[in-house]
Amino acid sequence: MARGQSASLDRKKLMADPIMMTTIVVLIAFLTLFILYPLAILLVDSLYGEGGVTLDIFQRIFQMRTFRTAITNTLKVGFVVGILSTLIGLLFAYVEVYVKMRKAVGGLFKVVSMLPVVSPPFVLSLSMIMLFGKAGLITRFVLGIYDNNIYGYWGIVIVQTLTFFPVCYMMLKGLLKNIDPSMEEASRDMGASRWKVFTTVTLPLLLPGLGNAFLVTFIESIADFANPMIIGGSYDTLATTIYLQITGAMDKQGAAAMAVVLLCITLAMFAVQKYYLERKTAATLTGKASRARMLIEDKSVTIPLTVLCSLAAIFVIMMYICVPIGALFPTWGYKFTPLTFKWFEQVFTKYRGLQAFRDSFVLSLIASPITALLSMIISYLVVKRKFRGKGFIEAVSILAMAVPGTVLGVGYIRGYANGLFHTGVLSGLYGTGLILIIVFVVRSLPTGTRSGISALRQIDKSIEESAYDMGADSLKVFTSVTLPLIKDSFLSGLVTAFVRSITAISAIILLVTPSYLLITVQINEFAEKGAYSIACAFATILILITYGSVVLMNIVIKHFGTSRIIKEVE
Amino acid sequence: MADLRAKQPKGVKLDHISKIYKDPKTGKDFYAVHDVDLSIEPGTFVTLLGPSGCGKTTTLRMIAGFESPDEGEIYLGGEPINSLTPNKRDTAMVFQSYALFPHYNVFDNVAYGLRLRKVPKAEIQQRVTDILALVELSGMEQRMTNQLSGGQQQRVALARALVVEPGVLLFDEPLSNLDAKLRVQMRTEIRRIQQALGITAIYVTHDQSEAMAISDNIILMKKGVIAQMGSPTEIYYRPNSEFVADFIGECNFLKGSIASAGAGQAAVRIAGVDVPVATEKSVRVGEAGEIVLRPEAIVIGDTGLLPCRVELSCFMGSYQNYHVRVGDTLVKITDNCPINKKVFKVGDSAYISFDKNCAHLL
Repeated sequence: MARGQSASLDRKKLMADPIMMTTIVVLIAFLTLFILYPLAILLVDSLYGEGGVTLDIFQRIFQMRTFRTAITNTLKVGFVVGILSTLIGLLFAYVEVYVKMRKAVGGLFKVVSMLPVVSPPFVLSLSMIMLFGKAGLITRFVLGIYDNNIYGYWGIVIVQTLTFFPVCYMMLKGLLKNIDPSMEEASRDMGASRWKVFTTVTLPLLLPGLGNAFLVTFIESIADFANPMIIGGSYDTLATTIYLQITGAMDKQGAAAMAVVLLCITLAMFAVQKYYLERKTAATLTGKASRARMLIEDKSVTIPLTVLCSLAAIFVIMMYICVPIGALFPTWGYKFTPLTFKWFEQVFTKYRGLQAFRDSFVLSLIASPITALLSMIISYLVVKRKFRGKGFIEAVSILAMAVPGTVLGVGYIRGYANGLFHTGVLSGLYGTGLILIIVFVVRSLPTGTRSGISALRQIDKSIEESAYDMGADSLKVFTSVTLPLIKDSFLSGLVTAFVRSITAISAIILLVTPSYLLITVQINEFAEKGAYSIACAFATILILITYGSVVLMNIVIKHFGTSRIIKEVE
Repeated sequence: MADLRAKQPKGVKLDHISKIYKDPKTGKDFYAVHDVDLSIEPGTFVTLLGPSGCGKTTTLRMIAGFESPDEGEIYLGGEPINSLTPNKRDTAMVFQSYALFPHYNVFDNVAYGLRLRKVPKAEIQQRVTDILALVELSGMEQRMTNQLSGGQQQRVALARALVVEPGVLLFDEPLSNLDAKLRVQMRTEIRRIQQALGITAIYVTHDQSEAMAISDNIILMKKGVIAQMGSPTEIYYRPNSEFVADFIGECNFLKGSIASAGAGQAAVRIAGVDVPVATEKSVRVGEAGEIVLRPEAIVIGDTGLLPCRVELSCFMGSYQNYHVRVGDTLVKITDNCPINKKVFKVGDSAYISFDKNCAHLL
């Protein structure tokens, strides 16, 4: 039994379709060059010394006490952040799905889930310092504590938990909604109390999902660069240690080896999450709930839960609001009136703010359509077509999800500073705006691809097949059928890519050259120097830009999206 | 109205076609379609029939070009088409889920194929209007597809495939999403249009009554191979195996041994009685013999050929449904218009009899 003929026929059919062929070749080249190669070069660099293959470099970095501490620090923070975020996320998700609550509380929830999307990843560190630091509004002026040290372990844990728990909340909300209420009703009917129902039915069903949420946050926390940088103080994590190894110790080879270690940790977690937990989650919770759930109205349950969540939500929102307000005070911690715009003025007059915003804006604006289109093409190929190399494309785009920005940054330095494999080929790329754009694209590609894939899976395969069958070639099928049908997903991918790019920092901070000023890098710099007011002013403008683009997207989708055309006629 | 008759219906030939898939559980290769060898005359309506997993849809998708065969060659109108992509093949498919483009209205859906072929605008207008009239959807041009009922969506899908005048029209279980009544109406419609246009049609279904009602020829498949090919009457009355007999409608099997054999006729000894049956087969006395009997071909009465005991007697409206025991064998009988006849009760003794031409020797 040999499948040779169908394979060769499939190949022939592919050859007869030059557009598809070119797309695949270009995609594979792009993924190899900008995701696989930088990671590979890290491994090569850290294993290949003067005398051939050697473990010397790894030996050297593992002998550094700072590095060993960084590993334990990172894991400790990641573990605690993972657990706390999952628990808080579960609380929020449970309350939203199971408890009857007032509209206003629902609104709070929505704001909380939206905030981390539109804000730069390290805003909470800023507000944490401003509220609870030495000159913190709450610590000093409300509680009268003058020497509170927020820098370090707990600072990172609190800030990361507040930053990442909305992700858990959204994930768990989706899962809880898929639990068929009749299972819980059956348990209740047989005499179980609400708490018993939760512990014997809901929780076991949710367990793989909780594990999933935990690991996703764990990975995010490990990969996070900016928060430990700003609020970590002397408490170094892997991401910051690698950064300092490059910028401080100028030890690029050591940094490469450290990056390999960090990558191995995230990859291992990612593998467990992707191939074990995600599958298990899908196996226990499939399909849709058969009908609406009877919401809990019992006041002894609803009041404490709603109050708890509302307080938490208000706290998070207050943290975010602190940033624009902080930019309005004359001197944070000393002089609060009269409110002033001087910091905003200084952004533009003293600190070349206009150039920073222009550079960030333009680079992100170029990167986002490329990202959106690439991720839609990848999703289309992965979901709808079969060809050789599809496994490769899918695997590499998923792999990119697990790569921390810092690792990618080091990979680009090692891989492109002296050209491909240090031969000088393509060395012109390094230090240009183009490589920044490429980093933006690679960093947002996995998210875009994931949402594209889930959007496309909902479209019956035979719709495209019928277009193909009617005589349309691949390009025509994609432009006349696929793209119009996932226009909404494409538009939101566009904006997500833009927001992610303009707020990105971890990879970019390693690659940016003095000829480009990027907002996030500026904010980081000012925050490190302790110039919080100016950092807040920068961050406020950035949040306005990202929030504005999300609002714009929603308007565009509402008026021009496909869902409108299809819904309108129903 | 313009002449909508197919310009040139094409024949289809499958030359020893096989398709191998990997079993996702065991990881082993298996034949999803094995050595399917058949040829379909231009202008005929042929149905690929069989239970799920028999390879009928895979065969159809190989003809359309979505799958590539591992062995053999497919010919369309005499030309080998194995290496052609689906968009280069002169086929048009009507999908199970209709696969209408939700972002287009009815007119644009139907015009899609013509626009790809760069047909002039005026001609597109004319042809779409004509074809929509044929499927009785005139006046619906501007509707979006989700404003249509299931049956109407089915007609749009059919019109979209017909309008490009394909050499062969492919149907992949097109009626399985419709309710029973509409299904009967639509299959008559499809047959009417196919005959009016003289087009070649290959139709996949697992519904044997649909297959019989609609086809010139039926190809019954089982586990990737052809179990039997022939006209609906041949397959119904002259099945070549228990599987075919059982798949095409309700069926009884009476086992015994050949008691006598003659020209065009034999007798099978069942429960001590020699039962005559017409057959062209050459059989020898003493061999095992199995008779296939349709429930409606059996008469139950106080006298007859084989004695039996009634185990179930159930009034179904248009007929009385009996289960009777003949020897060890359970026999199902449908007795039409029971109001004019004696109705037997459970536990009654009775006799069954049947015409020797209605019985078939396997």
